[in-house]
This record gives sequence, C-alpha cells and structure tokens, in this order.
Amino acid sequence: MAEEILALDKVCKAYNVGTLVETEVLHDIDLVMRRSEFLALMGPSGSGKSTLLNIIGLLDRPTSGHLYINGQDTSALGESELTRLRSHSIGFVFQYHYLISAFTALENVMMPMLVDQGFPTPAVEGRAANLMEQVGLTSVINNLALNMSGGQQQRVAVARALAMNPDLVLADEPTGNLDTKSADGVFELLRQVNQQNGTTFLIVTHNMDLARRCDRIIELVDGRIHAAGKA
Amino acid sequence: MNRWMPFEWIAAIRFLKEGRLQTMFIVSGIAIGVAVIVFMSAMLAGLQANFIKRVLTSQPQIQLLAPDEVARPLRRGAKEVDASIIQRPTQRILSIDQWPKIRDQMLAMPEVTVVSPTVSGSALAVRGEASRAITITGMDPVVYFKIVRLPDYIVAGEARVTSDDIIVGTELAKDLGASVGDKLNVEAASSASRVLTITGIVDLGSKGANSRNTYVALRTAQSLLNLIGGVTTIDLTVQDIYAAETLAQEIQASIPVEADSWIKTNAQFFTAVHAQQTTNTLIRVFVGLSVAFGIAAVLAVSVIQRSKDIGILRAMGTSRGQILRVFLIQGGLLGLLGSVFGSAMGAAALVFWHNYARQVDGSELFPLILDRALFIASAVLATVTGVAAAITPALRAANLDPVVAIRG
Repeated sequence: MAEEILALDKVCKAYNVGTLVETEVLHDIDLVMRRSEFLALMGPSGSGKSTLLNIIGLLDRPTSGHLYINGQDTSALGESELTRLRSHSIGFVFQYHYLISAFTALENVMMPMLVDQGFPTPAVEGRAANLMEQVGLTSVINNLALNMSGGQQQRVAVARALAMNPDLVLADEPTGNLDTKSADGVFELLRQVNQQNGTTFLIVTHNMDLARRCDRIIELVDGRIHAAGKA
Repeated sequence: MNRWMPFEWIAAIRFLKEGRLQTMFIVSGIAIGVAVIVFMSAMLAGLQANFIKRVLTSQPQIQLLAPDEVARPLRRGAKEVDASIIQRPTQRILSIDQWPKIRDQMLAMPEVTVVSPTVSGSALAVRGEASRAITITGMDPVVYFKIVRLPDYIVAGEARVTSDDIIVGTELAKDLGASVGDKLNVEAASSASRVLTITGIVDLGSKGANSRNTYVALRTAQSLLNLIGGVTTIDLTVQDIYAAETLAQEIQASIPVEADSWIKTNAQFFTAVHAQQTTNTLIRVFVGLSVAFGIAAVLAVSVIQRSKDIGILRAMGTSRGQILRVFLIQGGLLGLLGSVFGSAMGAAALVFWHNYARQVDGSELFPLILDRALFIASAVLATVTGVAAAITPALRAANLDPVVAIRG
C-alpha cells in the first residue's frame, strides 16, 4: 500500500471560541490520503470544504485534533516551520487563478522557487520553463498574467502549484470559473500530472461528472464526512 | 529578472512599476519636498557664507582694547564713601598697557591665527579749502592685510603703506577731489600734522566707511596721535570663527584688556541667522512629515490593493519577514527616487535663481554652493524617511491572514 501523505485525526474547527456565538464548522474529521491518490471533495456550500482545505493547506490551524503531513504532526510546529513545510510539500490551485499581475506567466511559475531560494537562478528559470511546456503554454511564456485566457491562466496556476514538486496539490474548484472545454482540459492536465508524477491531488468540486473521474469521492455535509467511497 | 537581485527587491520593483501612476504621483510629491529643502538649504548657506565672508574680511574677529578708565570713589574708611555721585571720566586715547607682551601671548595661543597691533584715532584731512573728519588706522600692512583684505577692495592705486603714504575711501577721495598720487594734510587733535601721499583708494562697501576710514603706517599714526610706541587695539583672527566670543571672554578674564568678538559686535546679524535657521529647520521638519505621510498613505492603499497577491505569496511559502521587506524596500525606493529627482529640481532652481536674483550693484546675491554632502544627506534622509513611513503598511501586509486575504 502506498505511503500516507496526509492524515487527519479527529480534526475540529470552531470560530469565535469561548464566545456566545461559537460556531463549530468541522467535527471530528478523520481522513487519510496516500501517494498518487486523486481525490474529490464535494459538499454543499457552507459544509466546511474551504475550511478543511485551508487546514490541510496549513493556512489555518484546527481547534483540536491532529494533522499529519508525511507522518509529521503539524500541531506542534511554529509559524515559520509551517510556512516552510507548506512551501515544500503543498501546492495550491484556486478557483480564480490568483496569478500575480505584476509578473509574466513564466515568472509566476518561478515564484514559489524564487521565494524559497531567494534568487532567480538559471535552474529556477529552467524548471519553470519545463513546467510551462508540461502544461502546454510555451507560446505565452512571456505574457503578463492578465494577458491570457481563463483556461491559460489556470494552467499557469497548475504549473506554479507544481513548481516545488509538492507531495500534495490542493485545488479549490479549479474548473469552477472556466467554460466546459477549458474545464475539461484543466482537469485532464491535473489527472495527467497525477499519473505521470505520482502527485497526490485533493480537488474540491461541485461538478459530479468531474468527481466521478477521480479515484475517490468524499462528501462533506455540515462539517462531517457524510460519505466516502470509490468514484 | 535580474539573477543577482533577491526576491524582495524584484517584487518591490515590480509592484512599484505596476502601479505606475500611483508611483509617479508620490515620487513627484517627494521630489518637490526634497527640492524645497535642497533649494532653501543651499541658498541660505550661500547667503550666510557670503555675509560672513564680507563681515570677516573687513573687520577683525576679536579686537583687544585698553579697558575704560573709571573713577574710583573717594573713601574715608572701610565701607564709607565720601562722594556718592561719581562722574564718568572722559576717555583719553590710551595705549594698551604692555602691548608687546600681550601680542606675544596672543601669538602663542593655538586658536589665534593672526595678531595685528593697530593705532586708531580721529583726525582732520585737509586739501585746499576742503576738510573732512577722518579716522586714521595705523597698522603693519603685512599682518593687517591678513585680517582686513584691503588689497581686495582697492579701486585705484595700490595697497602700499610706507611712512608717508595713506589709503583713503572712495567717498573721501571724491569729497576732497583727490586721486592717487595727490597729497593730503592730516591734522590730529594733538596739533601734530603730516603731509601724506594717497597711494590707494578703496571701496569698503559702505558709504560711511568710505568717507571716514583711512589707513596709514603704524609709526605715522603713532606720531600723529601722540602715542609713540603705543597701540590702541590688537586685532586678531581665530581658527574657529564661531568660537570667537568664547575665546574673547577667556582672554578678557585672563588679561587686563577689553575683548570684543565679531559675534558681539554683529549681534543683529546673528539674531537674523538664528531666526533663519529655526525657520529652515521647521520647514524641513514639516516637509519631511508630509513626505512621510504621503508615502505611508500610498503604501497603505497598495497593501489593500495587493492583499490577494500577498495572500497567494503567503500560501506559496513567503514568510512574514519577506512580505515586510517587500514593502519596506518600496518605501525606501520611493524616498530615494524622489530625492534624486528632487535634488536635480532643487539644483536647477538654484542655478536659475543664482542667475536671476542679483544685488543692486549687479553682483551675485549668494555664491552658488552645490555641496555634494547636501545631496547625499537629502538622499539618505529621504530613503530613511521612506523606510520609516513604510513600517506601518509593511507590518499590516506581513500580518495579513492568507485565508482572509485570498478570500478577499
């Protein structure tokens, strides 16, 4: 059996803790993801999908419970250690691309490596160019982020998420803002990376057709895992 | 991307470039502020330097005089005074007691650069039917010309003073209808008189001085004023002109002479300089503050505009420190850019004003001093102000919660 990339052990998340309006949005979440898995996370709006994704992405901390990344318990880590772990182990793809408009497509892909290494070395640029080729965007390599179509921007975002060769890529409705054709293309790209590189993917989606093409579907309802099973 | 430039600098420069209009406006604002400071500082320094040069090349920096004669009350015994009203005695022209010894003492002081014993008193200059009251200054030209640059003020003839020579002011020469080579009869109150030849005519810059001041050899003045072997003043120049008053007080405390510094005799000038400096400092502080608030406001807006970028950078592993530095560098760069343009604008304004503003006689109002130190200081100060102004917005950016920032 493939190694565990991610494990959640009774993870709870509450807001406004200790006040009259304390709201618990995640309840005792247990979840394990293994290397090369391609997992869909579904659920109605307000079910806690984004909160769960933020906690897995180390952007937010659980109120209780434990989160393990590559077997390492993250609850004891400080801010800078979390930042470092996030940059090396996790890649993000968001619904609205969020490319940095001041930079070109290639530079956006270089960004995670630049942040990590401090300088734009030839190796950094070379890897970014390879990734651009992998996502099929060599023609727009020097376009500013906003001078590309939505589908192209999302492909750049995928290349950027892969820049640090992470174990896990978290995608929050990566096709939610694209037309059907582009959405299909981006999804195929994610699947292709998953199969070629063995990268683990957790994809939040409302699209049942896409979810069915994943290895596994987890449904979250009212902050609890309602159903989990093979797609 | 420049291979040698770290991430923080690359991001800061790109952010400034992208917000081109915003950057241009704030850089213009800073430039105007810096230009005002550069222009004012350089012009005031020039005006002051010009004035000080004029003052200090036409008068000694410290003048030692014989102390005033005072009448002592007549005493009958201890604490018993006979005459309670004492009339102030008339002041005769007296020589400074033991002046060669005092001169040597002054020469031995490291703070003192030039020592010139002089004799001065009033006399009457007579030529034909015309006569004018004059002040004669008898001196040794070798040392005296190091204090009062008479050769620089000569308009006719030369600055030669032997025992039968006299240098007169332009007004006096005009009043007496005399020119270089003419003879003057100088009559002193002591009834002594000498016929002297005019060797030079000087313009001392003031009508009063030009109509009264005359310069003769020390011995000539001594014989005219009946002060054989004596001097009435010892003129000094010192190393640090601004320490002249302190030094004068020290001399007066240790030697029985009256010591007047140029600072004391030009008190009004110093009040004016002080007022100018205070105003200048106040203007600098307020211009600096408005520049700082301008930078802070622009960066605060930029943080809000870029909150999504900051969120995504944080998500991909950028530390709080890196985000903080990106915004501090932006502040510093704005300050530096503004100061470079501002210095150029200030220098251009100075050159224009220097050519345009003239004194009544057509000479320059102030010397054009484009001091490199002033420009470097402005650049450093503006950069530091920029970084300081960026602290609050930068902290705000660094403390943004990436989850909130990305969600918007």
